Amino acid sequence: MTQLSAQEIVERALAASTVDGQVTFVVESSEANLRWASNSLTTNGAMRSRQIVVISFADGGAGMAAGTVSRTGTPEIAELVAASEQAARDAGPAEDAMPLIGDKPVGGGDWDADPAETSIEVFAEFAPALGHAFGEARDRGDLLFGFAEHQMTTTYLGSSTGLRLRHDQPTGRVELNGKSADFGRSVWAGTGTRDFRDVSVAALAADVARKMGWSQRRIDLPAGRYETLLPPSAASDLMIYLYWTMQARDADEGRSVFAKRGGGNRIGERLAALPLTLRSDPNAAGLEAAPFQIVQASSEAGSVFDNGMATPAVSWIENGVLTNLIRPRAWALKTTAPATAPVDNLLLEDATSSVTPDEMIASTERGLLLTTLWYIREVDPQTLLLTGLTRDGVFLVENGEVTGAVNNFRFNESPVDLLARTVQASRTERTLPREWNDWFTRAAMPMLRVPDFNMSSVSPAS
Amino acid sequence: MSPNRTVDESFLALPLTALADAALTRAVDLGCEHADLRVERIRTQVINLRDARPESFTDGEDLGLAVRVVHEGTWGFAAGVVLTAAEAVRLAEEAVTVAKVSAAVNSDRVELAPEPVYPDATYVSAYDVDPFEVADTEKAALLTDLSEQLLAADGVEHVQATCMLVKEQKFYADTAGTRARQQRVRIHPEFTALTVDRATGQFESMRTLAPPAGRGWEYLTGTGWDWRGELAEIPDLLRAKTKAPSVQAGRYDVIIDPSNLFLTIHESIGHATELDRALGYEAAYAGTSFATVDKLGTLQYGSPLMNVTGDRTAVHGLSTVGWDDEGVAGQQWDIVKDGVLVGYQVDRNMARLRGLPRSNGCSFADSSRHVPVQRMANVSLQPDPAGPSTQEMIAGVERGIYVVGDKSWSIDMQRYNFQFTGQRFYKIESGQLAGQVRDVAYQATTTDFWGSMSVVGGPETYVLGGAFNCGKAQPGQTAPVSHGCPSALFENINILNTVQEAGR
Repeated sequence: MTQLSAQEIVERALAASTVDGQVTFVVESSEANLRWASNSLTTNGAMRSRQIVVISFADGGAGMAAGTVSRTGTPEIAELVAASEQAARDAGPAEDAMPLIGDKPVGGGDWDADPAETSIEVFAEFAPALGHAFGEARDRGDLLFGFAEHQMTTTYLGSSTGLRLRHDQPTGRVELNGKSADFGRSVWAGTGTRDFRDVSVAALAADVARKMGWSQRRIDLPAGRYETLLPPSAASDLMIYLYWTMQARDADEGRSVFAKRGGGNRIGERLAALPLTLRSDPNAAGLEAAPFQIVQASSEAGSVFDNGMATPAVSWIENGVLTNLIRPRAWALKTTAPATAPVDNLLLEDATSSVTPDEMIASTERGLLLTTLWYIREVDPQTLLLTGLTRDGVFLVENGEVTGAVNNFRFNESPVDLLARTVQASRTERTLPREWNDWFTRAAMPMLRVPDFNMSSVSPAS
Repeated sequence: MSPNRTVDESFLALPLTALADAALTRAVDLGCEHADLRVERIRTQVINLRDARPESFTDGEDLGLAVRVVHEGTWGFAAGVVLTAAEAVRLAEEAVTVAKVSAAVNSDRVELAPEPVYPDATYVSAYDVDPFEVADTEKAALLTDLSEQLLAADGVEHVQATCMLVKEQKFYADTAGTRARQQRVRIHPEFTALTVDRATGQFESMRTLAPPAGRGWEYLTGTGWDWRGELAEIPDLLRAKTKAPSVQAGRYDVIIDPSNLFLTIHESIGHATELDRALGYEAAYAGTSFATVDKLGTLQYGSPLMNVTGDRTAVHGLSTVGWDDEGVAGQQWDIVKDGVLVGYQVDRNMARLRGLPRSNGCSFADSSRHVPVQRMANVSLQPDPAGPSTQEMIAGVERGIYVVGDKSWSIDMQRYNFQFTGQRFYKIESGQLAGQVRDVAYQATTTDFWGSMSVVGGPETYVLGGAFNCGKAQPGQTAPVSHGCPSALFENINILNTVQEAGR
């Protein structure tokens, strides 16, 4: 079987087009992972894949329609193109129809170069270091659990309007969970990475050991509203959910927390008392993401017609004020507002803050210091009320010191309301979202201080 | 079962035997104690309509192969997408390399519980019409028509329609000699009506209760569900919900409809009785379980009325298979008997660890790209053979709430504390439904909740619900699973008002 290169596949698909337009992209992916529990390996893997996505655009007289067909492996290109063209002819006119993008975005990559790839060897130094950490945990009578993964995807996107774009996306994550032998105490450390060269197992293990130490003393507290320090990981999971609801169309149609009473959306409204800025930037250091749109299926968050559109840095909230919502071009045209595309990273910053998370702990008279949040689900879209659990470390801070570990809680809180009630934010640092890192790993957040976080009930889980 | 259905010729025509021979021979040559090969082809269509207009129509196919080995007591796994003997050999070699790198962190020797060999196994799920043999135009036209019916109703401002269609084909071969060829079809249509009051800024939605099912396109054309009947009722139900009073938080007797209870079963029984969770394999991610192995046979999970089974055999069940992803035949067994924990869901390695004679067949990988792990069987609450109808149950409640349809769900990492909302909630006063209330969530601890179950509905209340999107493992995998249950009454349950919870 002859193996065509990704670039050749894109060219062949475009050459086979018989309709009004086409976008084709090929995603070459490779990944390796290790998973462990109770100081020993459980599963692992090395995987490679190639996905070919052909989107055809055809106007049968009633308006432009789109059809998407994707296949893995080594499909017949002509059949794939024919299937997507048939799908486009069969589909009704698309509401989001726009002329395809023709302007090359900045950062379109080296089209001709081979795809980037990773393999299990990425863990050549990590695995022995992890084995060493297992030994140390065993000596303490503790257990380590966790997961390490490295993925590399290279996307080649071509269009009938002449775009030839390429993006390499490395994604890596490590989670290290420490438990006492009876599972009664549980703590967590994690990090995102592009290449594992900046991952120190020793540093993660030391963080786990420190928190295991904090957990020696157990304190039971009831449900209620507490002054709470949300560390960067916990803040990121709440802000990512907020980001996922920032579609202009839903707001404009009156069906989201960002809808304004009486019609329209809440852009221009102050959401945070502090000068907090929530933004995305494809060039953010260490969090680099695709600088152009890659969309397989249209939704309120993106349009197949916008494939290849530049996705420059954008502030969603600037100095506390809602400034932008995600808006595909067609909806932008309809509402005479700027087109805005999501970027696969998220940063929250208070530019006026220079305190560190440790300094925030030290300046706390009495409050809860969380580690991560878990099982976050939407309870009420009207207020964006979310529920979820604290996980792997709720610590009581008294007079600037951690004095013990508290039981877990179920919380009910809206990230929109939290922004309004946040009274202090630390410097921003890179963090790994605990809840959403299957889908979202590129985040940088501050620690947030909330004076009255709603712990709705006690969870007996540890 | 549809006796006329066979595994598609186009899948059987792939070089399955040649791939198996190449990979397994190489693995044995490299000294593996066990090796298996899977070839999977998964076709998926997702059709989305917004306000009865096409939003997206995607057609995907994921075809690939994977080799899993046990080499000197350590797992190794490798996956690719090129279906050649050379690639199968390379994957066997790569899987061994992965095992060798991993040996540095492995201290538990992998062994598998025995299973008979099935040299020529075939299974096709129970469906009538292969959705991929229906023209895309016909599918889009029906969804458009149903959307328009809903959108035309007074007070319905927006309609979201989505339909997921899946055909999963799988070839499994292992060094013991099992060769299984399987084909499963499933479908998940959903319609949501939305109303907006611009003056007040309030919006509210209501979704169809029809569960996803291991059925074909016939599910949308009259077999197994009355779509037009349900869509006709939604506008009035939505209007009533909009005008309903906000619930008064407190303790109530709660009757839970199967359309809601299936998800509570999934979260508080299904996941809690996965042995890999009880043993800590999921501790850093999906979590552990309060139902630990030392409590097997003694833990009072719920009231004596509680009988829960696991199965991979229910007709139209989403977790139903002929053989699992380790070549183990589908079975049914008890999980909770008369309120006591008596069984777990296991795979072959865990069965061996626990000294069980055999796996009960709960190994599953969501594609060739992922390693099989222990995944959920159809976990179902059995009806009371002499139990009442839902109406009769309502008649016996003085002050309560009747919960219909699932919406929001969340449970902690040991499966104790959970909180659920629903599509609609009715007040019960003196044995009668007394209109809807809104802003309701119920919150409980698993064993308290099941311990409070005082009436279990009869067989006529039993519905097979389910979900396509059960998440577990790292890297994340999704699995489809069904849960059958009757209506049931739970006494003295904590009801929250979600507006108050938001501090408003």
